[in-house]
Amino acid sequence: MLRGMAILLGLQLVGELITYVLKLPLPGSVVGMLLLLAGLRGGILRVDWVKEAAELLLRNLSLLFVPAGVGVIVYAGLIAQHWLPLTVAATVSTLAVLATTGWSAQWLARKHSCKRGK
Amino acid sequence: MLSALVQTPLFGITLTLVVYEVASLIYRRWSLALLNPVILTAGFIIFLLKSLHIPYADYAAGGDMLLFLLGPAVVALGLPLYQRRAEIISRLFPTMCGVTVGALTSILSATAILMLFGSSKALILSMAPKSVTTPIAIGISAKIGGIVPLTAAIVVITGCFGGMVGPAFCRVLRIRDPFAVGLAMGTAAHGLGTGRMLEIDRFGGAMAGLAIGLNGVVTAAIMPFFVALLS
Repeated sequence: MLRGMAILLGLQLVGELITYVLKLPLPGSVVGMLLLLAGLRGGILRVDWVKEAAELLLRNLSLLFVPAGVGVIVYAGLIAQHWLPLTVAATVSTLAVLATTGWSAQWLARKHSCKRGK
Repeated sequence: MLSALVQTPLFGITLTLVVYEVASLIYRRWSLALLNPVILTAGFIIFLLKSLHIPYADYAAGGDMLLFLLGPAVVALGLPLYQRRAEIISRLFPTMCGVTVGALTSILSATAILMLFGSSKALILSMAPKSVTTPIAIGISAKIGGIVPLTAAIVVITGCFGGMVGPAFCRVLRIRDPFAVGLAMGTAAHGLGTGRMLEIDRFGGAMAGLAIGLNGVVTAAIMPFFVALLS
């Protein structure tokens, strides 16, 4: 568990460093995610080292967003000013993304696996 | 004494965990998408802070510690990606297309709707990165001249909404392949969509996690062109 936490935090730290040095428009955590993938793939890291800590965090991923949700009150005034366009744009656009991504990915994945005779 | 106690991280963390536990019980009992535990918990805590006149900063002392764990949690998404790598590699083309189509849809549809309302350019720019995970969205917003705090709030609201209605909406649209549902959830609703997806399907959750990163890169890459088009 501790080893897992150390690895996850360490990879995030390295990720932050990489994005800072290369001026990437990405958060360090996303680079850390790719580093974990690469480390496991390359055999430098082992699944059982990170499994426990990773599972704990991923099982409770939604919980970690609660403080961000509460933080919305700080900008309540700003949101209230433009609530109608913001609400309509956020909801309709989110549904549109779900539809276009979901449909295109499902359609292409099916076509793809047909071609290979699966 | 009491206000000093409220100012310790103990207050924010305990409050969040206890309310979330109760909200999860309610959600499991009635299993309505509308009772999404994140929205229920955040809503109740906002209500509590407002009615007891507790400053947000007091809550944030503990809340920020939980928020901090989002970083290693995103790194942890590398594990399911590794475990399902064969399936992901075989679907690399549909993955890239799906995310790119979603990133374009997100920016263009939000902009079109705001234009219909006659909203200001600052509002449009603040809204443009709304489907991207918070840290990337904030970076993009600052770069293109959006109102950064507004972007942060919109991103969370978008994620909550997408996480709440996403799975049901996909069912209605007959998007049933967990690969496609996961990709859509991650592209449309970043971490909140991924959190919800992980509860439903592990492979879908891994795809959603991948989509967070990819959508961040794609959106950041097309944003300069979008801004040039807008002006």
